[in-house]
Amino acid sequence: MDIRSQIAMVFHLDKCIGCHTCSIACKNIWTDRKGAEYMWWNNVETKPGTGYPSKWEDQDIYKGGWEKKGDTLALKGAGKFKGLKVLFHNSNMPVIDDYYEPWTYQYEHLFEAEEGDDQPVARPVSLITGDPITPKSGPNWDDDLSGSEDYAKNDVNFKNLSKAEQEAMFQLERMTMHYLPRMCNHCLNPACVAACPSGAIYKRGEDGIVLINQKKCRGWRMCVTACPYKKSYYNWSTGKSEKCLLCYPRVESGQAPACMHSCVGRIRYIGVMLYDADKIEAAAASSNDDLIKNQLDIYLDPNDPEVIAAARKNGIADSTLETAQKSPIYKFVKKWGLALPLHPEFRTLPNLFYVPPLLPTMAFVNEEGSYETTSESFWGAIEKSRLPMSYLASLFSAGNEEVIKNILKKLMAVRLHRRAETVGDLPEEESKGAMKDVVMDKDTADAIFRLTSLPLFDQRFVIPPAHREEAMEMLESTADVKGNTGFGFKEPPVRGL
Amino acid sequence: MSNYFFFIGLPYATIVIVLVGTIFRYMNFGFKISSLSSQFLEGKELFYGSRPFHWGLLSLFLGHLIAFLFPKSLMVWNSVPLRMLILEIAALGFGITVLYGLGMLVMRRFKHKRLQKVTTKMDVLVYVVLLTQVISGLWVAYFARWGSAWFPTVLTPYLRSLFVLDPDITAVAAMPLSVKIHIVSAFTLIGLIPFTRFMHFLVYPFPYLFRSYQYVIWNWDPKKIRISRKLVNGVRSKNN
Repeated sequence: MDIRSQIAMVFHLDKCIGCHTCSIACKNIWTDRKGAEYMWWNNVETKPGTGYPSKWEDQDIYKGGWEKKGDTLALKGAGKFKGLKVLFHNSNMPVIDDYYEPWTYQYEHLFEAEEGDDQPVARPVSLITGDPITPKSGPNWDDDLSGSEDYAKNDVNFKNLSKAEQEAMFQLERMTMHYLPRMCNHCLNPACVAACPSGAIYKRGEDGIVLINQKKCRGWRMCVTACPYKKSYYNWSTGKSEKCLLCYPRVESGQAPACMHSCVGRIRYIGVMLYDADKIEAAAASSNDDLIKNQLDIYLDPNDPEVIAAARKNGIADSTLETAQKSPIYKFVKKWGLALPLHPEFRTLPNLFYVPPLLPTMAFVNEEGSYETTSESFWGAIEKSRLPMSYLASLFSAGNEEVIKNILKKLMAVRLHRRAETVGDLPEEESKGAMKDVVMDKDTADAIFRLTSLPLFDQRFVIPPAHREEAMEMLESTADVKGNTGFGFKEPPVRGL
Repeated sequence: MSNYFFFIGLPYATIVIVLVGTIFRYMNFGFKISSLSSQFLEGKELFYGSRPFHWGLLSLFLGHLIAFLFPKSLMVWNSVPLRMLILEIAALGFGITVLYGLGMLVMRRFKHKRLQKVTTKMDVLVYVVLLTQVISGLWVAYFARWGSAWFPTVLTPYLRSLFVLDPDITAVAAMPLSVKIHIVSAFTLIGLIPFTRFMHFLVYPFPYLFRSYQYVIWNWDPKKIRISRKLVNGVRSKNN
């Protein structure tokens, strides 16, 4: 057992209101620079939809992630042989038009235009060439367009649905949508790290954050191809690749990453997970049916004395263990089994988990043509729900519909239980029956409710101390450099002649 | 006189500039070493430019290298006329491939405004020198036949004499102008390495072949963190 700690995240999709505040917070801090304008390290997509970059989920186009070759894994579009072969022209790399051409507006013109008959306007101009352009796509161009011909119908996750089912989904009465905030998953088996020819991308051992060393990056662009989530971006101006760094300067000082901190819907949770690094290879290479189960099995119970002992032996600090025990991620993912990784079939073992949305599945149209939202009909008609289970399964469980159904039932049971508690208009059998159905006791349901609806700031963000002070002492004797560094002196303050 | 400058002064200046310049740049301006790929801004035409250019250039470089390192083997190979003809045609083929690729690359640069935004003055210089090099090379291949036959007897001794610090330019000085241009532009090209995007071929990712796929870095040894009060001096990791 080789226990390591990993910063992991949970996004509660039922709570996401699609306001893009996370994206703006991230943009303002990190990507508001030349060459990075088009990058959205954090973005929010409308599902069904094609996303950003367009159709990023379709690995037949982009060749991202890992694929199973016999018992082992191989990178789909990169790697030692494949990567170096196409080094001079990367065949599977998205270009800027697959994202969008960034633009701004000529606001200056409003003030500086010469006097004339017409009101001056602020024309959109390209941030690359500076020429006037007509914006035709953007990072959230299909916002809320869940029924559109151009976007929603081209969603890759419909591939398992029959033509008739797809048609049905786009009837006005059945149309549905939810938001999908996305960012770097800081994977346990990162494809970008494996694909980087320069060895510039690495995973930090202490907290599992995946970073690109900008000094070592040579712009071979293999990470852009390899990342199945397309969360590694090429800066066309500097000639280096960049990606989400999980706001590590903030995390190290105990603050939540900017996207999480600013989340209006409070959908985001961050915490520590302990995992067994020895199991990574087997889990990533497991068969499609066991994929989701094996991926979640990597994470260990931080309250198990054996795990604690092994973790201590591996040098994991007690403070990290403590935060792991309080981790909201552990609760959502392992204890309650409510959250799933996005597209586990890419086999990168992502560390960002999503609580699948219950709301779009709930209401459906009954025979009289009106919406049916009662609990009774929900249980009977989960297959008939507005959002097909196979769609959610394609997103979160590599096609395993049972896992999704089970989670949605749990979420429903919590709601019924709370309704019985607070409003009291439900017969006791109904809420009890729902809970029994998913093997959930009253305390668990209450705990889920509290962490979902009424979590305090410190309960959503349980960040371990980074111990930078001790890390520094491992690197150099701090007494030796005392008085030599910092803002105060350019030269060491020693007595002159 | 100019022969002394171009065939003795220039080569030695080049060697000094390359050695000092590349090391200085690598140590002090590491961030600025990149392939500077423009594929992200324009991907389709790059395919028809970059692939033939790079593969062709690699083959030609390898050919020149072999002629320099193993002149006798080359002469033995060329002792059968048919074998020499095959070699010459292959070399000419690669030369045309490079010219085609380079032409595509230059045209592409001028055609797309996006690309002009990432084109520097040094890039233009690179194109000029490369075009001179490739065109003069093709000229030599066609009009000063057969290159592979006279290279081992003329240029190999000259290059060797440079390396043993006893330059002998009598043979080179007697060569036609096209060959002289080819040699001078070659040295110029090498001398430009530290100042241009040529830096990227010095950082070709060979180490990738010998490392494991996953790469985890501990900023400190996690097993030692508990005894940090001992204050042992560590080695600062490269990424810190």
